[in-house]
Amino acid sequence: MIKTKDLSFDYIRRDEEGNVESITRALDEVNISVKPGDFVAVLGANGSGKSTFAKHLDAILMPTEGSVYVNGMPTTDEDKLLDIRRTAGMVFQNPDNQIIGTIVEDDVGFGPENLGIPTEEIWERVDKALDRVGMTKYRCDSPNKLSGGQKQRVAIAGIMAMKPKCIILDEPTAMLDPVGRREVIKTAKELNEKEGVTVILITHYMEEVIEADRVIVMDAGKVVLEGTPRQIFSRVEQLKSFRLDVPQVTALAFELNKRGIPLPPGILTVKEFEEEYIKALSALEGDA
Amino acid sequence: MSIIFDHVTHKYEAGTTMEKPALKDINLVINDGEFIGLIGHTGSGKSTLIQHMNGLLKPTEGTVYVDGEDICGKGYSLKSLRSRVGLVFQYPEHQLFESSVLLDVEFGPKNMGLTQLEIQYRAFEALKSVGIGDDLIDASPFELSGGQKRRVAIAGVLAMKPKVLILDEPTAGLDPAGRDEILGLIRRIHEESGITVILVSHSMEDVANYVDRIIVMNDAKVVLEGPPKTVFANCDALESIGLSVPQVTRISADLKNLGLPVRPDSITIEEAADELAALYKRLH
Repeated sequence: MIKTKDLSFDYIRRDEEGNVESITRALDEVNISVKPGDFVAVLGANGSGKSTFAKHLDAILMPTEGSVYVNGMPTTDEDKLLDIRRTAGMVFQNPDNQIIGTIVEDDVGFGPENLGIPTEEIWERVDKALDRVGMTKYRCDSPNKLSGGQKQRVAIAGIMAMKPKCIILDEPTAMLDPVGRREVIKTAKELNEKEGVTVILITHYMEEVIEADRVIVMDAGKVVLEGTPRQIFSRVEQLKSFRLDVPQVTALAFELNKRGIPLPPGILTVKEFEEEYIKALSALEGDA
Repeated sequence: MSIIFDHVTHKYEAGTTMEKPALKDINLVINDGEFIGLIGHTGSGKSTLIQHMNGLLKPTEGTVYVDGEDICGKGYSLKSLRSRVGLVFQYPEHQLFESSVLLDVEFGPKNMGLTQLEIQYRAFEALKSVGIGDDLIDASPFELSGGQKRRVAIAGVLAMKPKVLILDEPTAGLDPAGRDEILGLIRRIHEESGITVILVSHSMEDVANYVDRIIVMNDAKVVLEGPPKTVFANCDALESIGLSVPQVTRISADLKNLGLPVRPDSITIEEAADELAALYKRLH
């Protein structure tokens, strides 16, 4: 679905005469491959290059070196630009910057309308997309009356109405409260499971990547770790060195492990922790 | 400097058909030097509440007293109130506008009519206290990283030497290390200067480690209030209004409910680890 080969990108700053003042390497030989139907999370601190990476997947930025393929199409091929953006839709961080319609259903219909789709089919797509994100009830409301989480779901519906094969969410929850964050992540997860849409979720919230099939960790423009959430979160100290963290329950299990209590690495949820801790305790009683 | 809310109600668009209560009969005392965490989800009334503390909003009913004086009283100087109660808004870095870091931080004290010497002194002091070094003071604020910008914005409020510092979601959008840095910075400012700090947050885990007292708002009312341990003891009540307690608190409460002899009120990873390790060793 998406593949990058030795992708590097430089931000170049120029002075008033156009001479190069400084070059910052934001991406450094990134090689990633995402299969159709995958749910991949890209984790990284502020300034790690994760948003720059996301912008390459939708041909908003072009590689300085290397290449990016979306469904086999190189993003540098200008003739394919529309196809690429139809294949991979993007949801941005700030809900207020990406909603343009005065009522919800108009906003969702804006994308397909621009694709030149017949009116009747636009409405079908709008109905379906709103249903998928659970916003049918609000279809005739003004978007500015919605909460942040609801606005992001409308933004996702707007992308879904264009029937992309892949959705890229670039820190979709950074400006939301915990309830809104859960809504958006749940919506993304459902689209992935029920519709088979490939999802690439860029975030720095650890709790959000637990659901992903695969996690890619970026630091200083490079891919530094790749694996399942469990594999990634068993590396507590390494993650901290990348200015990241682990969920509190993972940190607690790690701390207890250091103190000699046998808990498996990479515990991800409260329930799992409780089961493993009780198991460790009862193993003891069995010995005695 | 104490702040007292006496039966404060605030309605947006009062008297119209769009009338919407954002605060309902709030009674609250905030004492001098306290470190308070104000928690609630979007729309619970947190922002409306803090905007009453420096007179940006006025109560529809009831009275707000700062240092014993009614801030809506006749002849009360709101200008002087606002230099004493400093408010750091969400994403404060969006409000940076000057051509250099130093000028930006000087803007607040300059408007207080201080001497140039005092203005500069305060700006340097504030920048030092947020950890912005001399190498950055002449830089454009727009060249800084997100975390640095936010610290400059906080310095701009500190330079006014407020007695009360209110921060609305100061860690929003920062990565975990940046979040810890800002919270650590706020704690240090509180310890060193002894000013009252009110930290508005969505995250229980963020405030659990830092504050003396938590105030929980829901649906325009204060629903819970007290030291972190007391508030988190109400796991289920908090979860029913869409707020979550720290994972370690949930675990210790659950294990207690299962009949294990552990304290149910651990609020930090260290506390929970001590408790659970001790139980394991006792059985060993």
